[in-house]
Amino acid sequence: MSEHHVMPLKTYFKVAGGLVLLTILTVVFHEMKMGALAGPVAFLIAAVKASLVLLYFMHLKYDNMTNRVIFGSGFFFLILLFAFSYVDIWTRIKSFSTL
Amino acid sequence: MTTNHSATAHHHSHHFDSAQHEYESDKEGIWLFMVTEILMFGGLFVAYAIFHQIYPEMFAEGAKQLSWKMGFFNTLVLIASSLTMALGIYYNQINKSNKAFWNLIATLVLAGIFLVVKYFEYASKFETGFLPGKFLNPETVGATSQNLGMYFGLYFCMTGLHGLHVVIGMILISWLAYRTKRGDFNANYYTPVEGVGIFWHIVDLIWIFLFPLLYLVG
Repeated sequence: MSEHHVMPLKTYFKVAGGLVLLTILTVVFHEMKMGALAGPVAFLIAAVKASLVLLYFMHLKYDNMTNRVIFGSGFFFLILLFAFSYVDIWTRIKSFSTL
Repeated sequence: MTTNHSATAHHHSHHFDSAQHEYESDKEGIWLFMVTEILMFGGLFVAYAIFHQIYPEMFAEGAKQLSWKMGFFNTLVLIASSLTMALGIYYNQINKSNKAFWNLIATLVLAGIFLVVKYFEYASKFETGFLPGKFLNPETVGATSQNLGMYFGLYFCMTGLHGLHVVIGMILISWLAYRTKRGDFNANYYTPVEGVGIFWHIVDLIWIFLFPLLYLVG
């Protein structure tokens, strides 16, 4: 089966090194106490790390389109869940509840 | 039936056209399973995002109770375990079963270290009374926020569900190590290693988000 893509060994080590550096970066930014920006910055770094894991460790970069679309659909429904829950809570519970 | 009965030939199930067809179908199933995983954890992440928006001070107070150093250490442990898992697949792909076996064992050891650190974290929270929901008494723990139990409810649900995945992953990786040692996998057939690998990486991926959200931002 020549279709199986074998990634070079050093790519795995580079990706792992990148993940460690980004983890250190997360903590460095945390120590800088950036207030309101802290959340979005931490989330952005986590998203970059997640992409590295997905593309290289999970081989999604060399996978077929079907699997990419399947995985993408998961995030699509997650955003949908978030958006509707958020709008609901913000316009209803947040305005009227004493929760 | 093929006439080639070499040790490396993988006999695919009769309902598949070829071994490649079987491999691709199996992998597609794993990715569908990963979507359900994303959505299961996603529900908790959405709860976190919304309540964090409503009670930022309470979440900050909760995060202060966690040791970011332990979370940071565990992040590095999981990254290392993801690397050894990827190498476990890589060495099976190039017919080096022995190296694949030892990388899978290393993955198991790292997963064990993660759980030991998690045990110490949980033990200290139980001891000091930082329990989920109604079990947290704001007076005895000296909490400013009366609803601090909500933060620890999310903390225990998210890390607990993640920890359960680590335990399941360890069982699956043990099975892979056993089969690798037995010589079941080679360049033509390593589907179970690839599948469990994807599962193990999603466990790492979820922790990548849990660490900054619970330990740092709060």
